Formats: sequence, C-alpha cells, structure tokens
Amino acid sequence: MKIIACVKRVPTTEAQVKIGADGASIDGAGLESMLSFYDDLAIEEAVRSREKHGGEVTVLTLGPSDCSKELREALAKGADKATILLDPSWAARDARSTAKALAAKIQELGADVVFCGRVATDRDQASVGTLLSSYLGFACVTDVVKLELTPTGGTAQRETEAGIETVSFPVPVVITCDKGLNEPRFAGLKGIMAAKKKTIDEVAPLAVENAVVVQKIELPAARKAGRIVGEGAGAVPALMEALRNEAKVL
Amino acid sequence: MGSFANFRQLDYLGLDDQFSEDELMVRDAVRSWVTERYLPIAMEHFENGTFPMELVPELAELGVFGPTTPVEYGGAGLNSVAYGLICQELERGDSGLRSFVSVQGSLVMWPIFAYGSEEQKRRWLPQLASGKVIGCFGLTEPDFGSNPGGMLTTAVKKGDEWVLNGRKMWITNGTCSQVSVVWARTSEGIRGFLVETGTPGFSAPEQKHKFSLRASITSELVLQDVVVKDSARLPGGIGLKAPLGCLTQARYGIAWGGLGAAFACFDEALQYSKQRIVFDKPLAGFQIPQKKLADMATQITMAQLLALRVGRLKDEGKYTPSHVSMAKRNNVAMALDVARVCRDMLGANGISLEYQVGRHLCNLESVITYEGTHDIHTLAIGQEVTGLPAYR
Repeated sequence: MKIIACVKRVPTTEAQVKIGADGASIDGAGLESMLSFYDDLAIEEAVRSREKHGGEVTVLTLGPSDCSKELREALAKGADKATILLDPSWAARDARSTAKALAAKIQELGADVVFCGRVATDRDQASVGTLLSSYLGFACVTDVVKLELTPTGGTAQRETEAGIETVSFPVPVVITCDKGLNEPRFAGLKGIMAAKKKTIDEVAPLAVENAVVVQKIELPAARKAGRIVGEGAGAVPALMEALRNEAKVL
Repeated sequence: MGSFANFRQLDYLGLDDQFSEDELMVRDAVRSWVTERYLPIAMEHFENGTFPMELVPELAELGVFGPTTPVEYGGAGLNSVAYGLICQELERGDSGLRSFVSVQGSLVMWPIFAYGSEEQKRRWLPQLASGKVIGCFGLTEPDFGSNPGGMLTTAVKKGDEWVLNGRKMWITNGTCSQVSVVWARTSEGIRGFLVETGTPGFSAPEQKHKFSLRASITSELVLQDVVVKDSARLPGGIGLKAPLGCLTQARYGIAWGGLGAAFACFDEALQYSKQRIVFDKPLAGFQIPQKKLADMATQITMAQLLALRVGRLKDEGKYTPSHVSMAKRNNVAMALDVARVCRDMLGANGISLEYQVGRHLCNLESVITYEGTHDIHTLAIGQEVTGLPAYR
C-alpha cells in the first residue's frame, strides 16, 4: 500500500505571534515551530496502516528547508521517507496553490491513501485535504475519528452535529484526521537513530499563483481586565445587572 | 499549581548549537514524554511513596533503558551526550525517575555488557532494555558506603556453584527487581554475580519512611545461603575496580541529571517571580530576587558547560573517573543550592508539593550523598590535582 501523509509546520501552541513589517504576514523570526496537531494524527494513522497492510509511508510537506526538523520527527515515528516541496514563501501560499503543488507531487509518487490533518492549527482553513482530493480525483472522507482500512477501500466514522456517521469508500482516497482517531506515539530513541539513515528529498514545487491573497492581519483586541462585583449571594443582583447591561450576554 | 507544562529551559549561552540534530531530538522526545506522562502524576507518587511501575513499558518503548547499548543487544546505540540529555530530562521530572533509569542502564545493563559472557549478554540485555526484567545493583552495605572495599558479603565456591551470604542497603529498585547484580568478596577478590531475586534465601524488604526519593523504591537486600551456578558470575570483572567502573557510568548520568532538576526549579521560580505581585510589582523586578536569579543562571550555565565537555570527552574515549567526579560533585551541589534558593523564592508556596521545587530539594539531598558523596568526590579531585590520596 502506498501511503502519503501531508503535514505542515505551524508555530507552537505557546508561541507569541507577532505581525510582520508588511502587516499581512506573521513574523517568523524566533518563532518556535512544531507539526500541526492534526497532522500528527495523520502520521500515526499512516504508520499504523503501513504496519497492518505493508507498503511504504512518505511524509510530504510544502515549506522551508529547515522544516526537516519536523520531518525527522515523522521519520522517527516510523515514516519511511520524506519530501519537502521547497518554497521560501510557503507561508504566503493560499490553500489552492498549496493543494495543487501537493497534488502534482502525489501524482508523481502515486498513492493509495493520502492522510491529512483535519485542519492546520495556524491558518485554520481546513481546505487543503478536500482540495487535494478534488485535484487528484480521489474519494475524500473528512474529519475521521475511526478508520477500518483494507487494500481496496474501507469504512470510516465521522462525528457530525447529528451523531456518528459511518461511510464506506474505495481507494484511492484522501482521509482527513480528527481528534480521537488515534493516540500518536512518541518518537522513540531507536526510531530517532533509525531516522538518521532515512532520506529527506528537497524538490521545487509546482509554481501556482495565489488566488486568495492576505491583505492584512490584525491581532485580536486585548481582553479587558475582569471585575469583581462583590462576594456571596448578596452580589447576585449586581452580577445580573452587569451581565445584562454591561456584558449584554443575558 | 506548578507550571511545568510551559517549561522553558534556560539556555543563556545558546548551547543548543553545540548539540547535533539527533541529540536534540532525543532530548526533546524524552522532555515531551516527561511533561505529558510523568509530571502530571509526580506529586501523587512522591506523596504516596510509590514508583509508577505502570510507566515502565512506556519508558522501554521510548528507549531509555541502556540507550548506549549496541542495537544487537536491544539498545539504541546512542552516544554518551545523548544519554546525558536523557538523564537531564528524566531528572527534570524527578530524581526518582532518573534513578530508576540510571540503575537499569548504567548499573545493571552496563556491567553485563562490560563484564558479562556472551551468553549473559544475549539472555539479559534485550529483556532489560525492553523493561520485561527490572534489575538492581547491590554494592553498598549497612556499614560500608564510601568504603565499599570493606564489604562483608561473601561468595564461597562449592563445586560448580557459589554460596552468597550478606546484606546490602540503600538499593534502588531492589524490591521490584527480577535480577540483582550482587558484589561479594571471594577468595579471588571482589566479584559480581547475577542473582535472580526468586532464588531461595534472597529477599529484598523495602526501606520506608524516607523524606527523599519518595517516588522511588529503595530496598535492603538480604542474602542467606543463596546458591547460584558459576554461570551467574560476571567473568570479566574482578576487584573493586569492576563495580567502581559501573558507578562511573551512573555518576556521569547524574551530573546531567542535576542540571535537569536545576532547570525545573529555576524555570518554576522565574515564572513564579514574574507573575507574583508584591508591593504592587512583580517579585522578579526587585533587586534581591534578581541577584538570586542571576547567580543561579550563571551556576547552571557553568554546570551545562562542564557536563557537555565531560560528555564529549567520554564519547572521544578520553574521559577519566576524576572528570566524572568533578561533574557529579559540582552539578549536584549546584542543583541542591538552586533548589534551596528557588524554594525560598516561592515563599510559602515553595513548601507545597503543588510546586516542584520542594520535591526536587528533598530528592537532591539523596543525590548529593549517593553514587559517591560530595566529600568523596572532593577527595577524588584532590588526588587528581595533588597526586596524593587523602582517603585514609
């Protein structure tokens, strides 16, 4: 089974994001990075699928050269090889141009199953996985929380507002992974040593113009300080008053 | 509540540049595991006086048992600097956690690898690396700590067997072990034996009522006419230098471990003092707390340089036990000083186990004593620089 996990480098959860000088990008200087949370689920599911069905897992990303750090981690967790579609202005790419570049590489590599995270935790668009399936002409199952894969297809569960939906699908397929699908493993020390011998290819991505261009980024307004209206049951009327007329939430 | 989830390691001189990519990956892998899996339960185990045995399979999966052991015997084949970083990260969690791993790797797996027969290596090392077997190391006796050469435990050869008698004290993991590396006096000098703990005459009662290393099992070993085959004897090690060779390995890891405990305390005190408002401004904005933080940052940074240099020397095959003495002595004393100052900086909160500093402080009172006391390492360094031994 040929398996590809598409992943993205994002700022760490604790990172204090600063806006760049152009007012339309994030200042990457000194920003610590990590694999997007949902992409870690994609790597885990890809490795588990390979462990069950055999084959090979390739981790694919579009990013800068130094995101080899995140890819090494994926290799240490059991992926077989990795490819960076090298683009210094990767962060400015829109979802469409990113998906087109990934799709072109996936077509070249060939794939039965492509795993993506449900959404990247930085831009929060949840678009690349679905666009990718459309460009590739693959089936697509989004927000998967349970997966039974066979060499020819499988069934998946998705959590919806109405309840749990179970779907069947053929391969080739793009699966976007949601929280609960698996518990990603830690990179073990043997895996880290084994990853040293695995290759990370760097290739130029397909050049695609952005259709959507970020014009401006503004940080959310700082939260107002809290106010204690009183103590005990006697303070309830003042609290109701504040919630009604000040916060206007009642 | 302690702030371990947002831990930021002090790196004043940018020493991360001095580590290779895979050394940093090893450090970060262990760091993440400790943050996510160990720290949330550390306080509870410290209070209850228990070690979280349920985490042993995870530690094995992570690969921290004997990680420098060659891959063919179940290890990860890591270098000594990576091993040091592992100890640093484990002790950032708790000295008891690092002790568990030090004993398994440096004091049980290492002597089997260094002094064992091929059959002993094939039998024991993969099982120890995978955590299926836990080991302990029996050298110290009730009356012989700094002077292990005076040991009273004996092994007498009878045909193809040995009969062991004696008592060992302060043995980490004794009660939960399946195999014990027991050092005993024989007619040919001190020798090591791999004693299975189920052997008749062997018992390992736990030593309770400790205020230090509470999240670690400490035991007495009692050997009463314990009979083992000659195949249980470690053929390659003879004389006191054999167990001391093991201790050099473990002490090297402890030098890095001290850094981990110090990083944890320093970070907690730094975060606390920036958030804690006293007299209308953060505690960290006053001169006395700043002096404390500046002194600690300097001491920690110097200890980092010491550990790193000894680690590189070890990987180049150029280190000596006296190098390790300097690193263990300095870094553990540094960590204990840092823990005491940080405990003080947290005020009353510093005595609560909701914060880490008090736990580290209590633990380090053991770490400064075990694996060569601070004073004995002083004499080791003294001998190195003067050429004159001053032990007696």
